[in-house]
Amino acid sequence: MAESGLAGILPAGQATARRKVLPIVEILSLIVAVVLPFVLQDYLTVFATRVVILALFALSFDLVWGYAGIMSFGQALFFGSAGYGVALLARDLNITSILVVLPAGMLIGLTFALLLGGFLLLGRHPSTVIFVALGTLTGSYAADRLARGWYYLGGQNGIPSIPSMTLGSYEITEGPAYYYLALGILFVVYLLCRFLVRSQFGLALAGLRENEQRIAFFGYRSQHLKAIVFAVGGMVAGLAGGLYAFHEGFVWPNMLGVVFSTQVVLYVLFGGSGTLIGAVVGAVIIEGVSFWLSDNYRDIWPILLGVLLLLVILFRPLGLISFVLGERERVGSFGGPPKGSRDAAP
Amino acid sequence: MPLLEAKLLEAKLLEAKLLEAKGIVKVFGKLTALSGAALTVSENEFHGLIGPNGSGKSTLMKCVAGAETPTEGSVSFAGEDITALSPTDRARAGMSLKFQITSVLPSLTLYDNVLLALQAQSSLFDLLLSRTRAALHDQVMGMLNQFRLADRAQDAAATLSHGQQQWLEIAMALAGKPRLLLLDEPTGGMSLEERRVTGELLLPIKEHCSLVIVEHDLDFIRDICDRLTVLDQGRVLQSGTVAEIQACKEVQEIYLRRA
Repeated sequence: MAESGLAGILPAGQATARRKVLPIVEILSLIVAVVLPFVLQDYLTVFATRVVILALFALSFDLVWGYAGIMSFGQALFFGSAGYGVALLARDLNITSILVVLPAGMLIGLTFALLLGGFLLLGRHPSTVIFVALGTLTGSYAADRLARGWYYLGGQNGIPSIPSMTLGSYEITEGPAYYYLALGILFVVYLLCRFLVRSQFGLALAGLRENEQRIAFFGYRSQHLKAIVFAVGGMVAGLAGGLYAFHEGFVWPNMLGVVFSTQVVLYVLFGGSGTLIGAVVGAVIIEGVSFWLSDNYRDIWPILLGVLLLLVILFRPLGLISFVLGERERVGSFGGPPKGSRDAAP
Repeated sequence: MPLLEAKLLEAKLLEAKLLEAKGIVKVFGKLTALSGAALTVSENEFHGLIGPNGSGKSTLMKCVAGAETPTEGSVSFAGEDITALSPTDRARAGMSLKFQITSVLPSLTLYDNVLLALQAQSSLFDLLLSRTRAALHDQVMGMLNQFRLADRAQDAAATLSHGQQQWLEIAMALAGKPRLLLLDEPTGGMSLEERRVTGELLLPIKEHCSLVIVEHDLDFIRDICDRLTVLDQGRVLQSGTVAEIQACKEVQEIYLRRA
């Protein structure tokens, strides 16, 4: 009995040892993020805040592409429309309370994602990746053009000098306060996403990614699953857009368009899709490296960045995170014997 | 009185027809795969679908399961016309298909594969909160035990042998407690021993489920099926009990011609 008990424990021990990389990466990232403002100069904390918000934006794309397999090339539509929306609230209605503007941003992102997702994903037949990619890209591009031509939205210049976000009479200005606000939101959203993708719903998504037709034959409404994730993704992008608008103090048409849409795809592919933390790491490294390169190689930095991205995508198609994260752990496991039952068995 | 009894009996017989596909025509461009095929399966019947290569067996299966839409004809299941239903809705009505090509989800564990099939009946809300995970544990392990895969529960499905993958797929197809299971070549690529075991694994499901099975291995078919339908060039050549089919000259000719 002792022998069989040992045999039962050993492979399990190995499995948990292998499975521990992800939480370690996550906790390390969190620690670094919390300590950062203490070691950075103020202007770098402002830069770091921007990166944290972009990481939140990247998370929304990872949810949509990495988990539901929807190639959304127009994720900036939800980011930017929320940004414009809260900018208008602040400019025209003088509403800057965090308790209004952030939920408003989420609502705007959610609404646009429901409209576009309903149109692109809930057709009579399951839509192809190309159709969705082009559809979202077109939506994003059209919004960009619309904003450029619309005087009310400030045209090419966008909406400048948005006042600070407020909580009661306290103004949340850029610097450590805004940084911790953004980080706290990123942390909470990350935990919610993590809960979502590891739930039984997440298992259905894993099935959806691997073989959409197969799970339809089990009785899953795969198009509904996709539409739900797309809507949640839009909501998270909207939240990020609202934060970004108030942090930068202005919004401009690029926030809606192809530039930001592609950027977020790059963050996630670079970091590693379908892992959540990969999206965050990708955003941090791409933004960090661009910042450093543009400082040190003023003329040729975009070329250097491009080459670096190409190298990673060529040699590490699963992203940087795949250096530390194995395939088995990336996919994860959704169920198993209740804890302890393995040892309890005679 | 006798008339009434006869009518009752007729009604009962009609009721017992679980699946009825009639006049199925399927045209792919210039190729006519099926020209008026039919298939009738009663409750708790194991029905074999045989015929030479290219006779339209797989296409007929797909039309029944909803993977293909028939050009003409109708499919009814448990008394309802399901010709226009999507595969998802057919699955929810109690029909389950195992594809010819194994399509287990290779990077998921065996456990998750079966759980995925089982939880398809749960509501979205329950899935979001993982509320059926604990309740389904015993069923998952039960299915894995039944198909002799329990000790591999935490391995990725990709690591299974071909035969084991077929078993896993049958287990997944049975997970939703279907009333009708459609198996397209379940013993393809299996060893003799594995085929024998597959037959053993399938027999107990007869209590709660009908089966339509497409298979090249005629010995296997003979061992487990009650009735057979023979297809040739897209139409039904003969349909009847195994003994009737074995006695039928036309069927023998087809198989001789092929040989």
